Amino acid sequence: MYRVAITGIGIVSCLGNDLSSVGNALREGRSGIVIDPQRIELGFRSPLTGQIQDFDSSILSRKQRKTMPDFAVWTYASACAALELAGLAAEAIQNEQTGLIYGCDSSCVAAIEQVDALRDRGETKAIGSGQVFRSMTSSVTMNLNTLFKTRGACWTLSSACSSGGHALGQAADLIRLGRQERMICGGAQEINWQSMCSFDGLGAFSVRLDNPPAACRPFDADRDGLVPSGGAATVILERYDLAEQRGATILGELLGYGFSSDGAQLSVPSEDGLSRAMIAALEQSGLAVAEIDYLCAHATSTLAGDAAEAANIRRVFGSRTPGISSLKSMTGHELWMSGASQVVYTTIMAMQGFTAANLNFNKPDEGTAGLNIIRETIPQPPRKVLCSSAGFGGTNSSLVIAFT
Amino acid sequence: MTEQEVIELIDSSLAEEFELDRVDMTPEANIYEELGLDSLDTVDMVIVLEGAFDFKIREEEAVRAIRTLGDIHRFVLEKVADQN
Repeated sequence: MYRVAITGIGIVSCLGNDLSSVGNALREGRSGIVIDPQRIELGFRSPLTGQIQDFDSSILSRKQRKTMPDFAVWTYASACAALELAGLAAEAIQNEQTGLIYGCDSSCVAAIEQVDALRDRGETKAIGSGQVFRSMTSSVTMNLNTLFKTRGACWTLSSACSSGGHALGQAADLIRLGRQERMICGGAQEINWQSMCSFDGLGAFSVRLDNPPAACRPFDADRDGLVPSGGAATVILERYDLAEQRGATILGELLGYGFSSDGAQLSVPSEDGLSRAMIAALEQSGLAVAEIDYLCAHATSTLAGDAAEAANIRRVFGSRTPGISSLKSMTGHELWMSGASQVVYTTIMAMQGFTAANLNFNKPDEGTAGLNIIRETIPQPPRKVLCSSAGFGGTNSSLVIAFT
Repeated sequence: MTEQEVIELIDSSLAEEFELDRVDMTPEANIYEELGLDSLDTVDMVIVLEGAFDFKIREEEAVRAIRTLGDIHRFVLEKVADQN
């Protein structure tokens, strides 16, 4: 089995579009959550959302963007930044040993636009050539493959809000098994009202409108729901020995990946599913439970979800948990992207020497008691980290990462 | 519309849609090899021309036979003449 190094990261998120501004926001506890007035007009229960700002989509030509939804363009930008940080030039990735796996579970707007165009114009040829490629959930990887000209693995993985986590885990497995030498992987999540309206209808979103930065309160007793968000996150994984050989800066090592499913309910997580994924990741990592010094939690700020996650954490760590924060308190829930963005955010903290807090946590309730929640930024970086994500249907991913 | 105005509208519409440099848009230019269009772009080319001239293009065989920008000019000029 080969070891897996992290050599590059990149992100476009509601906290910023480069590592420096995202790092500053995480350190300062600055929220990226806003109110979208259009959602109020449309009849949303909650207009709260993350928002990408000041993104320059002209990095690609109009022709290139014709087959790409906005989140695929964000993904391209995050991947370019990650490859640059990794020091991988175009020719180093145009081979059979370089692959792409991203987590993504929807591409809503293109599907609507193509139907509207047909109804409006009365003939399919009026839809245009780009929509079929924009409307697929694999839009991200098919477009990146043609832009980067990689020739290895190329697919998108869909598992709701653990998509990004499983994408990184599966990419690491391909390297571990010797089937790929390097992987460009991550997660992508659209931010538009169209893709969020039915989710809003479930009543799962926070309605704390008076103070948007205080809306998302993972593990807090007064939490009232999640805040939808999105963007794109990329991680470059490489065979450790090859990364060392080429003199790459190794940002961290992905030591373990564990997965599990609940086999229970669609929208309510079980009290043991995620813990089985955590234990599997820890087992592969070779680390003892007590060696983990930071847990980047999935916790989205829903009543049932956070309590179930807390139960899972206590199952693994008992009464002595590592420092825990859910960064969704700042970013909102980045859904398909969140399992990958956790790794990017944690790597940023390791690079910039701090551990970000779980904003808005005042006190636990009965369900979330017994966790060591980080209330203020810690001026030390995380060293041995567990990142967890969980998706609808009860699909769980855990990743163990060591930073030096 | 004069012939020159028709040609200008074709060229400006295609230049905008496909981000083409007008200097390269000579009548002899091969739309695939020299202007960089592909078969998917011809789907959008038809939509652009239909929008610019307010006609319907049903001649799929004729569109498939197009090779140069001059072919497009001739095709559209005939359609415009038929309209009138």
